[in-house]
Amino acid sequence: MSQEKLVEIKNLKQHFKTGRQSVVKAVDGLNFNIYKGETFGLVGESGCGKSTTGRTIIRLYDATDGEVIFDGENVHGKKSREDLKKFNREMQMIFQDPYASLNPRMKVEDIIAEGMDIHGLAKDAKARKAKVHELLETVGLNKEHANRYPHEFSGGQRQRIGIARALAVDPSFIIADEPISALDVSIQAQVVNLLKKLQEEKGLTYLFIAHDLSMVKYISDRIGVMYFGKMVELADADELYKHPIHPYTQSLLSAIPLPDPDYERSRERFTYDPTKHDTSEEPEFREVRPGHFVLCTTKEFEQYQREHGTGE
Amino acid sequence: MEKLLDVKNLHVSFDTYGGEVKAVRGVNFDVKKGETLAIVGESGSGKSVTTKALMQLIPKPPGRIKEGEILFEGRDLAKMSEKQMQKIRGKEISMIFQDPMTSLNPTMKVGNQIMEGLIKHQKMSKPQARKRVEELLELVGIPDAENRMKQYPHQFSGGMRQRVVVAIALACNPKLLIADEPTTALDVTIQAQILELMKDIQKKTDSATIFITHDLGVVANVADRVAVMYAGKIVEVGTVDDIFYNPQHPYTWGLLGSMPSLDSADEELFAIPGTPPDLLDPPKGDAFAARNKYAMKIDFEQEPPMFKVSDTHYAATWLLHEHAPKIEPPEAVKKRMEGMANSSSSSEGERV
Repeated sequence: MSQEKLVEIKNLKQHFKTGRQSVVKAVDGLNFNIYKGETFGLVGESGCGKSTTGRTIIRLYDATDGEVIFDGENVHGKKSREDLKKFNREMQMIFQDPYASLNPRMKVEDIIAEGMDIHGLAKDAKARKAKVHELLETVGLNKEHANRYPHEFSGGQRQRIGIARALAVDPSFIIADEPISALDVSIQAQVVNLLKKLQEEKGLTYLFIAHDLSMVKYISDRIGVMYFGKMVELADADELYKHPIHPYTQSLLSAIPLPDPDYERSRERFTYDPTKHDTSEEPEFREVRPGHFVLCTTKEFEQYQREHGTGE
Repeated sequence: MEKLLDVKNLHVSFDTYGGEVKAVRGVNFDVKKGETLAIVGESGSGKSVTTKALMQLIPKPPGRIKEGEILFEGRDLAKMSEKQMQKIRGKEISMIFQDPMTSLNPTMKVGNQIMEGLIKHQKMSKPQARKRVEELLELVGIPDAENRMKQYPHQFSGGMRQRVVVAIALACNPKLLIADEPTTALDVTIQAQILELMKDIQKKTDSATIFITHDLGVVANVADRVAVMYAGKIVEVGTVDDIFYNPQHPYTWGLLGSMPSLDSADEELFAIPGTPPDLLDPPKGDAFAARNKYAMKIDFEQEPPMFKVSDTHYAATWLLHEHAPKIEPPEAVKKRMEGMANSSSSSEGERV
């Protein structure tokens, strides 16, 4: 994996007004980078702002504050139509619900080719058709499927159509927002294997948003854990699972049920108590172990370093 | 142990314009007092239909129980009238549904919803019932019960709502609790709380539970015994250890292999190819044959009977026939199972 930054997220904030006085800080000061060719996993409970982060990065929402720098260029801020078009080609999204994210009145062929039409990627009708057929085969469907409507497909097949649509404009970066949570276990594995295969073949970069921690661990190179709009811990996937430092991450990991009865019988769950933190100062994101960042205060930082530092 | 529920050769069909959909095709299982039976399988495998049939909650028409007996303490529920069933539902058998957002009435105060069953089945007076509701809310871990019971469902979070649903289900001390994916809509941390709660209550009340889920992690956590369903049939049944450590049916292998373990290396997940069969026209022979790479010729011609593996463990696959070639589970599955056993001992020390 190269260490070249593809996406840089700097102090990203997304606040929603919910009344005259109240503001929901869905995303509150996020900083992280996504490197070329890697899969960055974003996990957290519902309502922690992980989907909002994904949607803000791709500019479905306008950020309240902060910057998203994609390939050296700021995504947010004023942009001409042309610039936006260029950017939209590079960044695509796969949505959670394969039932709601495909237009029921459009044929699969037109769903997949819509992006190509907008960007003028197909020379003529024949080339368009050929490209659609190629995409369908890439994601494991047949070209006969091109003339059908979404309702004729199962959930897993629909998610494949969603993936084909995202691939149609040859993007370099794909945001997958819970792409497998709506699918059956056996189908989940099919879709995850497909995403992995496509990454190898096309050198794609993924932002993989999910709450299923074992799947995230499986697919991601690095993982960020979010809690109430903030990133509380960021590390390599293995590192995070072997040495969780932030108490919230520890509680999250201890809650995952594993398909192993012996383990389950002896499992001890760890409950997170947010009031137990040191409140003497604003917590900051600090590197406790190489490449392993935790949101903590100076005092906690020293404690974490003593407990988890590299000198063990 | 005494059998509380004994389901024999249950067939449930739906009559649609396309023809008869055979959703459940000859299911046999029993539930003993105080135990938890988990039913696992993909969507469309008939696990929800089976349990809905137990409670006669299948809309008729188009659904109907074609054949079979559902013996609950010796009485056949399949032959009962609606009136008789009403005395059983909520009182002796109760149900927890998947989505707490839709299973509560948004226009009724939470306390009144819990009270309904108490007043109807146990003939309690209102003040009596109110007192019991307070106890129940405390039991399921909702603090400040006195005020909370006067609130509406939208004032509760998802996890708290599911606790209310659990309280409703437990109100009349049922002998059998059916939980249909009770934690699928919840976050992992909340899920862990609800599972702990249900286990705790089961210990206190000694009720039996049928737990429907597709999450094998949850199964490992709650179940005493497991039944694996595929295309309207139970293909493997055994104790939780039988199923996880000595699975026999290729479909069970597939289910276990398709879940990543927390320390699995970068190998590919063992995905089950294809999709479940159309039950409008179930395939001849073993329904899983088309997705099974170990399928033999006979799998496409004749349905396998239940072969006995041990006293507690049965599986319906021709691979267990004495003339079948000896086949080991796929490497990926075996490795993952070994890996899991190791990971459980190593990761625990670090988590404390």
